[in-house]
Amino acid sequence: MAASRCSRCAWLFLVFIYSLYVVVISEEPTPGNEQHASVADNPQTPAETVKQPTEERRWEATQVDETVPDDAAAANKQDLPVPDSVLTSTPPLKDEFQEELVIRPLHSGDIYASFQFRTVWETDFTRGRKVSHYRLFPKSLGQVISKFSVRELHISFTQGYWRTMQWGQPYLPSPPGAELWVWFQDTVTDVDATWKELTNVLSGIFCASLNFIDSTNTVQPSASFKPLGIANGTDHRFLRYATLPREIVCTENLTPWKKLLPCGSKAGLAVLLKSEKLFHSSFHSQAVHIRPVCQDGPCKTASLELRQTLNVVFDLHASGQGKREWSLFKMFSRTLTEACPLASSSKIYIDVTDNPQEDQFELSPATHLLSQAVVLGDRRTFSVYDLTQQVTFGTVRSLNVLIRWKSTEGDMLRPLLHAERYVAGYGLQTGEIHTLIYNNHPFRSFPVLLLDSVPWYLRLYVHTLTVTSKGKDNKPSYIHYQPSKDRMRPHLLEMLVQLPPHSVTEVTVQFERALLKWTEYTPDPNHGFYVGYEHIACHICHKSVLQVRNERIFQMCFSFNCRSSVVSALVPSTVAMNTNITKEQPLFSTFFPAKEESSYFIRVYTEPLLVNLPTPDFSMPYNVICLTCTVVAVGYGSLYNLLTRSFQVEEPNPGLAKRIANVIRKMRGVPPLVAKVFQSQLIQSVQTHKGRLVCVVNFATVTKIAPAVNYAAPMDAGTSAYLQLR
Amino acid sequence: MSVESTAMAFSTITGSVSLVLSDAPVAILYHFPVNQAHDGVLRTLDFICDTVDTSSASKPGKGKRKSSLKSHGNHSYFLSGGESFLVKMVAPLSLLLIVAVTIRAALYRSSLAELIAERVEVVSPITAWKRVIEGLALLDLGVSPYSGDVFHETPLIIYLFHFLVDYAEITFMLADVITAVALYMAVKDFNKQVFRKQKFSVEAERYPADCLELIRSPTEMFYIPLKVAMFYLLNPFTILSCVAKSTCGLNNAVLSLFILTTIKGNVLLSAIFLCLATYQSIYPLTLCAPAMLYLMQHQYVPVNPRRAAFWWFLVQYLFMYLGSLFVIVCLSFFLLGSWDFLPSVYGFILSVPDLTPNIGLFWYFFAEMFEHFRLFFLCVFQINVFFYTVPLCIKLKDQPVFLMFMQLAVISIFKSYPTVGDTALYLAFLPVWSHLHRCECLLHTWVRSGSTGSTGNIFLVSCVLLACSALFPVLWHLWIYAGSANSNFYYAITLLFNVAQILLVSDYFYAFLRREHHLTAGLYLKKKDGSEATLVLK
Repeated sequence: MAASRCSRCAWLFLVFIYSLYVVVISEEPTPGNEQHASVADNPQTPAETVKQPTEERRWEATQVDETVPDDAAAANKQDLPVPDSVLTSTPPLKDEFQEELVIRPLHSGDIYASFQFRTVWETDFTRGRKVSHYRLFPKSLGQVISKFSVRELHISFTQGYWRTMQWGQPYLPSPPGAELWVWFQDTVTDVDATWKELTNVLSGIFCASLNFIDSTNTVQPSASFKPLGIANGTDHRFLRYATLPREIVCTENLTPWKKLLPCGSKAGLAVLLKSEKLFHSSFHSQAVHIRPVCQDGPCKTASLELRQTLNVVFDLHASGQGKREWSLFKMFSRTLTEACPLASSSKIYIDVTDNPQEDQFELSPATHLLSQAVVLGDRRTFSVYDLTQQVTFGTVRSLNVLIRWKSTEGDMLRPLLHAERYVAGYGLQTGEIHTLIYNNHPFRSFPVLLLDSVPWYLRLYVHTLTVTSKGKDNKPSYIHYQPSKDRMRPHLLEMLVQLPPHSVTEVTVQFERALLKWTEYTPDPNHGFYVGYEHIACHICHKSVLQVRNERIFQMCFSFNCRSSVVSALVPSTVAMNTNITKEQPLFSTFFPAKEESSYFIRVYTEPLLVNLPTPDFSMPYNVICLTCTVVAVGYGSLYNLLTRSFQVEEPNPGLAKRIANVIRKMRGVPPLVAKVFQSQLIQSVQTHKGRLVCVVNFATVTKIAPAVNYAAPMDAGTSAYLQLR
Repeated sequence: MSVESTAMAFSTITGSVSLVLSDAPVAILYHFPVNQAHDGVLRTLDFICDTVDTSSASKPGKGKRKSSLKSHGNHSYFLSGGESFLVKMVAPLSLLLIVAVTIRAALYRSSLAELIAERVEVVSPITAWKRVIEGLALLDLGVSPYSGDVFHETPLIIYLFHFLVDYAEITFMLADVITAVALYMAVKDFNKQVFRKQKFSVEAERYPADCLELIRSPTEMFYIPLKVAMFYLLNPFTILSCVAKSTCGLNNAVLSLFILTTIKGNVLLSAIFLCLATYQSIYPLTLCAPAMLYLMQHQYVPVNPRRAAFWWFLVQYLFMYLGSLFVIVCLSFFLLGSWDFLPSVYGFILSVPDLTPNIGLFWYFFAEMFEHFRLFFLCVFQINVFFYTVPLCIKLKDQPVFLMFMQLAVISIFKSYPTVGDTALYLAFLPVWSHLHRCECLLHTWVRSGSTGSTGNIFLVSCVLLACSALFPVLWHLWIYAGSANSNFYYAITLLFNVAQILLVSDYFYAFLRREHHLTAGLYLKKKDGSEATLVLK
C-alpha cells in the first residue's frame, strides 16, 4: 500500500513539474486561456477524472489535498508556480510577510471579515543575540520581546461579544475587552516584575489601559493556556494571563496596531481598515500574536512569527442598511487596488461552502480560483482572489468584491460547542454563577477544560461547586483551584469536565459579594463590576473530516522530498519550501497547532458578567469618621470618668465674686475667705448622749475657720465639743 | 417572685434549719442578734453550695467550715436537703437544657437555619460555618486553607471539624450546653464566695450601720446561677448563633470553661483554657489580668508588687499560659506544616481587611477611611480594646470577677469582627449583678442620683438593644435586597447598638462602684448642713 502511494506521489510530482514547465512556457495572461490550459491539463492527470471535470473552477493547492491523495481535488496543483517563481528567483529571505482577508457570509445576513497579517522572521532572540536590524518585523515589538525575554505573546482587544449561536465559531476567538497572555523564557528570574514592566510597555505601544493589569487580575493557569508555538517546557510559572473586561477598544488602539504592519495602511489589504467603518459594527477584535514557529520540517531552527489579526462582523441592519448585499466598498468604504508590495502572498478568501451551486448568493467579480481548507474541524471551500496578480483587479484596476444574496432562508449554524454564563440570585449579599456548556455532538463525548478567573471581591465558595450533566452529577476529573487573596490575586478555577454527547452541562458555584473600601470602587460603582469571562478550551472530535496531524505530514513530505530529489533535482529549493506546511495553508486555518488526528482545538469565551456590589455612601467619609470616633469616645469617656474619679459628696460652689476675692487674697498672702460657717456646717450632728442632747462639732470646719489658731485650742475644742446646749 | 415567697420556698428547702424568715432578708440581720442571723444564713448557703460541690473536702478553708457546721450538730439536712436540692435545682437546670436543645434542634430542621446562617450579625468572616466548610473543601482539594482569604479559623478548629463535620449540629448544641453549665457552676461558686466575704465583713462590722439594705441575702442569690444559665441558653442571640453554627459558640464554651476553672481556683486549667481562648481570637489575652488577680486572692497571695510571692505567682501563671500557647501554636504548625495560619488568622483579626458589615464599629469606618490614615486608626481602634485592662485592674483589683465581666464586654464591643454570640456571653453575666440594679433602684427612692449615668437607664438601654436587634434585619433588607436604603441606614443601627452596649456596661460599672462606695461610706449621706447629699464623681 505504501509503495503504491509513494509511486503515485512520484507520478504526481512529475506531472506537477511538467505542468509548471507548460505554464512558464505558455505565459498566457487571460483567464480564458488559463481555464483552457487547466482544462487541457485535465486529461493528463489520471486521478482527477472522478469528480472534477465538469467544474470550470481551479483548486488552489493546499496541504490537505496533498495528504489525501485519493481525493479528486488533490491532483490540481497548477497554481503553485506563481509564488514559487518569485521565490526561486530571489535568495532566501530572512523575513517574509503574508496578508489575507477571509470573508464569511453569515446566515443571519451579517458578514464576517477576518484579516490576517503574518510576518515570519528567521531570527532567534533566545540566544541573547542583539538584533538591531529590522526589515519587516516591527522594531517596537522586537525590542520588547528581546528585552523582556518573551517567548510567546498574545494580546487581543475586542469590542462586542461573539455570538456563537448565530455566527458559528470565529477563526480566532477573543474575549470582550483586552486579553493578554505571555509565556516568558525560562531564563527570566523575577517573572512578576517582568510581567508588570511588560504590561506597562505594551500599554504604551497599544495606547490601551494594560497598565491596569496587576496581581489582582493576573493568573497562572496550569492547563488552559499551553504555548501555541514550539516550546520545550510548559512550566506554568512562566505563564501570565490577564484580562481587562472593561477595556473599551477604539480608534486609538487601531492606529498603533496598523503601524506595526510593514505597509502600514498605505497599501495592500490594510487600506480597508478605516476606523469609522470598522467600529460601526457588531463585533470588532484586533489581536497580535507572537510565537516561535518551526522554520522547516525537521524543526531544527525556530523563527519568530508575528500574526496580526483583525476580525469584524458587520451588522445587516446597522451597516448594510438592511439590504442583503455586501461589497468591499460598502463594508470598508474602500476598494482594493494593489497588494502590499512587501507581501509574498496577498489573498482574499470568500467562504462559499454553503453556496456550491450559487443558489444562496452570487459573487462578483467571479473568480475561478478555489481553495479548500480544514477550518475548525470542517472542510470549507473558498473562492480566492490573489492580489499579487494584476488580473485580479481587472480592467478598472480596482477590486470590489460583491456578495449578493439570492435567497434569505438558510439554516442556522449549530456549533458543536458553545457556552453561556449568568449570575443567579438576588440582592447584593450572595449569588451564584451558572455556566452552561452545550455539547451538540450527537454521539461523541469530549472533555473540555474550563478556566474561570473571578476577582477577589466575589468570594467563591468552592465547596458549593456542582457540575451536572443530564441531571446527574458529573465529577470533574481534574480541578485546579487557587483561592483569592484580598487585594492580591483573583480566584482561579480550572477543571477538566467530560461532556456527554448531546447534553448541557451546568456548572454552578456560589459567591459572596464583598464590601470594598470606598477608594476601590470604580467611578461608576452602581454600573457594576465586570467579572472576567469563563474560558473553555477544548479539543473537539471531528464530525467528518480527519485532520492529519502535523508530524505525519512532516514525515510524508520528507519522504516525498527524498524520493523526488532523486527524480528531479531541478527545483530543490521550491520543494524544500513546500515541506513547511504552515506556509502552505491559508493562514486562518493554521493558528492552533493540531495535536491529534481526530480532533481540533477551539476556545470558547463566555460572556463577561456584570455584577453589582454593595456600596458605601461615597459622600460621607468625614461623617462616618466623626460618628464612629464619637461612639468610641463615648465608651472611652464614660470608662475614663468612672476609672479616674471617685465618689464624693457635692459641696456647694462658692460664688464667683468670692472666688476672685480669694485669688486676690492669695496674692496678698492673706488667708482666703471661707464660706459662711453655718451652724449646720459647724455642728456635724446632734445626738443624744447619755440622756443629754450632744452637738458634735465638725472638727475640719473648726480648723478651717481658724487655721492660725494654736492647735491646742482646737484639740481643746474637740474635747469640749460636747457642748451642753441646754 | 416576691421576696416572701422565695423565702418561704427557701425555708422549706432548708428543712431542719429552724429559721423563720420575715418580710425582708435585711430585716433578719436587723432584728435578730447579728451572730445568730448570720449563722443561719451562712449555714443555708453553705448547704446550697456543698450539696453540689463534693470536691470541697480537699480545700482547707472548706474543711474548716464543714467542721464548724458539724459543731452545730445538724447533719440531717445534708441528706434530706440533698434530695430536695436535686428536685429544686438540678431539675430546673435539666429542664432548661432540654428546652434549649429542643429549640435549637427544631430550628436546625426548619428552613430558617439557612437564612440565619447568612445573617451578618450572627456570623463574621472568622466564625462563619460556610467558611469552615470551605476550609475543609480546600483541604480535600489539596490546597492549604490559608492560601486564600476565605478561611480564617484556627487549624485546631479545622481539624476538629475534619472529624466532626457530620456531627456539627450536635457539637454546637453541646458547646452551648457546656457553656451554660460551666457558667452555672462558676456563678454558684462565685456567689458562695461573695457571701462568705460578706459574712466576714458583717462579722467584723466593717459595713456602716445604714448599709444593711445593700447586703445580699441568700434568697436573692439562690436562683442566680440558674438565671445565668437561662440568660445564656435562651438568649435569642445565642440561639441564632448556635443555629448558624457560628464557631463563636465554641469560643464561648472555652471562655466559660476558663471562667469556671478560674473561679474553682485551678491555676493550670485556667491557664490552658485561657490560652485556648487566646488562640481562637487574640482578644481574650486581656482576661489574663483578672484571672491572675482572682487566683492570687484565692491562694491568699498578696496583690502587692513589692512582695516576692506576687511576682512568683505572676511568673508561674504566665509560664503556664505562654507555655501552653506555645505548645498549641506549634501543634498547629505541625498539623499544617506551615506558618501560613498566623497571618491568615491573627493578621486578619488585627488588620481588618474584610469589610463585610457586622454589628461592630470597624467595617464602615475602615470602608470610608482615607488610605493614608488607615494604619493610624487601625492601631487606635485595636489598642482601644486592650487599653482598658490596666486601669480596670487597678480600679477593680478586689473584684476580679466583675473585672472579667467588664473585659468580656469591652472585647465584644470593640473587637474587629464582633457577632451577637460575643454579646450573649457577657449578657449572661447580667443576673450576677442584678443586685446592683436593685440597690440602685433602692437608692433612687432615697437619694438623688448623680450626674453621670445610673442604672435607671437600664430599661431604656435594654429597649434600645431590642429595637436595634429588630432593626438590623429590616435595614439590611432595605439596603441589600430592596435597594431603597443605603449603607448609612445599617451603619446608623450598628452605631446605636454599640452606644447602647457601652451605656449598659458603663451603667453597671457605675452602679458597682457606687455600691462599693456606699458599703464603705454609708447609704444615707448628708451634707454638712444636714440636707441630703448628692454623690458626684470627682
